[in-house]
Amino acid sequence: MEEVRLMKGNEAIAEAAIRCGCDGYFGYPITPQSEIMETMMLLKPWETTGMVVLQAESEVAAINMVYGAAGCGKKSMTSSSSPGISLKQEGISYIASAELPCVIVNVMRGGPGLGTIQPSQADYYQSVKGGGHGDYKMIVLAPASVQEMADHTVLAFDLAFKYRTPVMLLADGVIGQMMEKVVLPPFQPRMTEEEIREKYPWGTLGKLKGNKKNVITSLALLSEEMEKTNNHLQAKYREIEKNEVLYEEFQCEDADYLIVAFGTCARVCQKTVEMAREEGIKVGLLRPITLFPFPTETIKKYAEQTKGMLSVEMNAGQMIDDVRLAVNGKVPVEHYGRLGGIVPAPDEVLNALKEKIVK
Amino acid sequence: MKEEIIISGFGGQGVLSMGKILAYSGLLQGQEVSWMPSYGPEQRGGTANVTVILSDERISSPVLNSYDTVVVLNQPSMDKFESKVKPGGTLIFDGTIQHVSARKDINIYRIDASNYATEHNMLKTLNMIILGGLIQVRPIATVENVLQGLKKSLPERHHHLLPMNEEAIKTGMNLIEKVN
Amino acid sequence: MTTNEIINPANLVHKKTDLLTDVPMHYCPGCSHGVVHKLLAEVIDEMGIQEETIGVAPVGCAVFAYNYIDIDWQQAAHGRAPAVATGIKRLLPERYVFTYQGDGDLAAIGTAETIHACNRGENIMIIFINNGIYGMTGGQMAPTTLEGMKTSTSPYGRNVELNGYPLNITKLLAELEGTCYVTRQSVHNVAGVRRAKKAIQKGFENSELKKGTSVIEIVSTCNSGWKLSPAASNDWMVKNMFPAYPLGDLKNV
Ligand SMILES: Cc1ncc(C[n+]2csc(CCOP(=O)(O)OP(=O)(O)O)c2C)c(N)n1
Ligand code: SF4
Repeated sequence: MEEVRLMKGNEAIAEAAIRCGCDGYFGYPITPQSEIMETMMLLKPWETTGMVVLQAESEVAAINMVYGAAGCGKKSMTSSSSPGISLKQEGISYIASAELPCVIVNVMRGGPGLGTIQPSQADYYQSVKGGGHGDYKMIVLAPASVQEMADHTVLAFDLAFKYRTPVMLLADGVIGQMMEKVVLPPFQPRMTEEEIREKYPWGTLGKLKGNKKNVITSLALLSEEMEKTNNHLQAKYREIEKNEVLYEEFQCEDADYLIVAFGTCARVCQKTVEMAREEGIKVGLLRPITLFPFPTETIKKYAEQTKGMLSVEMNAGQMIDDVRLAVNGKVPVEHYGRLGGIVPAPDEVLNALKEKIVK
Repeated sequence: MKEEIIISGFGGQGVLSMGKILAYSGLLQGQEVSWMPSYGPEQRGGTANVTVILSDERISSPVLNSYDTVVVLNQPSMDKFESKVKPGGTLIFDGTIQHVSARKDINIYRIDASNYATEHNMLKTLNMIILGGLIQVRPIATVENVLQGLKKSLPERHHHLLPMNEEAIKTGMNLIEKVN
Repeated sequence: MTTNEIINPANLVHKKTDLLTDVPMHYCPGCSHGVVHKLLAEVIDEMGIQEETIGVAPVGCAVFAYNYIDIDWQQAAHGRAPAVATGIKRLLPERYVFTYQGDGDLAAIGTAETIHACNRGENIMIIFINNGIYGMTGGQMAPTTLEGMKTSTSPYGRNVELNGYPLNITKLLAELEGTCYVTRQSVHNVAGVRRAKKAIQKGFENSELKKGTSVIEIVSTCNSGWKLSPAASNDWMVKNMFPAYPLGDLKNV
């Protein structure tokens, strides 16, 4: 039987990364995600799977270490929280442009600036719209439970390599710090160099006789060249939008109203839905699991069926833009959120729903 | 069955580990569990609290604004959380707390754990005394499961301390008294 | 004796400088940060430069330094204090500008900023609290963590093969042309506190004379991060930190 364990979301990420054959982790301590590196250091995977775990001197260094490792076709990752993710943006832009697969974990905390260490979702724009310079996107996964922290780590690597793109796990302080039951993924051996050469022939593992040399770069001085790169990236993003949308529906079939929420807020709103239904208000919850690609088509469909939507986020209203684009004016869409590290309570959301939507 | 609990006190009182043991007990009972700590530089003297949910069904929100059971180990925690006990719910407070809730719609229990632990040189197991009191009045976990839970949450080199902890649980079960 | 008799000015043995605010410090009891704050406040007070001094607070346990010393402050992003101080000093060349940084802030994420500010010979003072650990974030390994020393990200002890050597950054900074005064002090006993205070004063004086950058390292304790009592931390520091980071002037021109 599968072993059920109790652990923090951050610990689950560390365990899952080791188990799914990750080759390298590079990070810099920051609350509320330091347990990811701490757990790896405790588990010493270099003695078992051979995975490298290194504490870098900064987030800037860490993301560039990931660039190097990923350029060799290795499964590599980094993790941080909001202020540190801001520092990584330059590196992420380079990684997206050079088409390198990697996983970046952001356990969000309240900002802007040094802010607070309490949970937040205020990095939605930064993650989904491309936080660094240039026209690029990351696949963004939004786990809502400790189990998903583990599962999405595995999924993130799969997607990263399928599309040669950075994938972000966008969690927050609640999911990182809370403990829940989790069944960890099975062990998967790390790839050998031969396997990497075979599957990812672009990796800089050393030019073998007779092979073309591999160059990892994001530079194309000729505009025509750079436009080609951009067109290629955009085509890839359209492909991702077509194939990889994930979401969860909770009590949506007969819903008159829809709450849209991800991560911790989705957990809170599940309770709101239960409370509202007890009062006879037919509310459903749509939880985007991928934030890019966004479940636009599904929300469009619910715009035909429902009378209004509430986007619940721990920010000043960011995902609501994407909900509104999907709804395209068909029904009213309002936002409810708490800022600065406060998690909204289920009854607060219910009140907001009644005030703003169920008039 | 679903029990939503918050335990709150000073950083060093073992609040988080008490919650962890409860969560492990739930796990052993085949329940869904969530354990959500307040986090931050607590080591620098602040208060700490932990929300624990044990449930037979999938747990929605791990963050709550009212609780079935509230356990408070210092005055600031009492002041902050006494109003958050659901009507009909349970409030357990340590004997060192001076100003106690005047609510009539909840069950209030006093457990003189800190004083007892100080007198009997049991400060290391203070949290287990409280936990004993808690499961005495809210039978959400058996003594056996709590001990098993403790075993799971303790590194093996500390397993010789288990009998001492069992003693503390039993002490707590006897120490707790209803005050309203 | 009644309270009023006790607080009679005639019985005063020690008066806290007015520059130290009445805000209770958040530092753990026994932490070196508090002592260094007091010295800084006293020196600024005694030199009469309160109105001309601007401090730059780091990210680290000392992030709230601005609550405790009654001067103007800026709070910098993690590691960027020397750059922020450069900006201030270049635009206000007659002011006294200092940074107050931990080992993670100064010698890990901010290494580049530290080295280049020193290399430019910015006329600022850098106060460097070296406690060999990341206190603020809960005890992770710092660049100055000693070999074999246990932290939450080196739970089996710092292994140089894995993590490199403890970084003696102060020695490195002494090599740079831009530094004029580089010294290593401690505040674990009375003589140490006296010497540390003198060093801080000298740092400010150097700024005034535009001699270059003054770096004052204070080898410090972090009893919470080290998981030792304050007294045991002092002993541990003397026994283990001082051999790796010997006290005294490394440069004085
Ligand atoms: C960009 C960024 N990365 C990480 C952090 C988290 N962080 C806060 S303080 C700190 C280290 C503090 O250690 P040190 O500089 O040695 O000072 P101490 O707390 O020991 O006094 C870290 C990593 C942050 N605030 N910003
Ligand atoms: S954690 Fe360490 S450095 Fe921070 S206040 Fe406490 S003793 Fe001082």
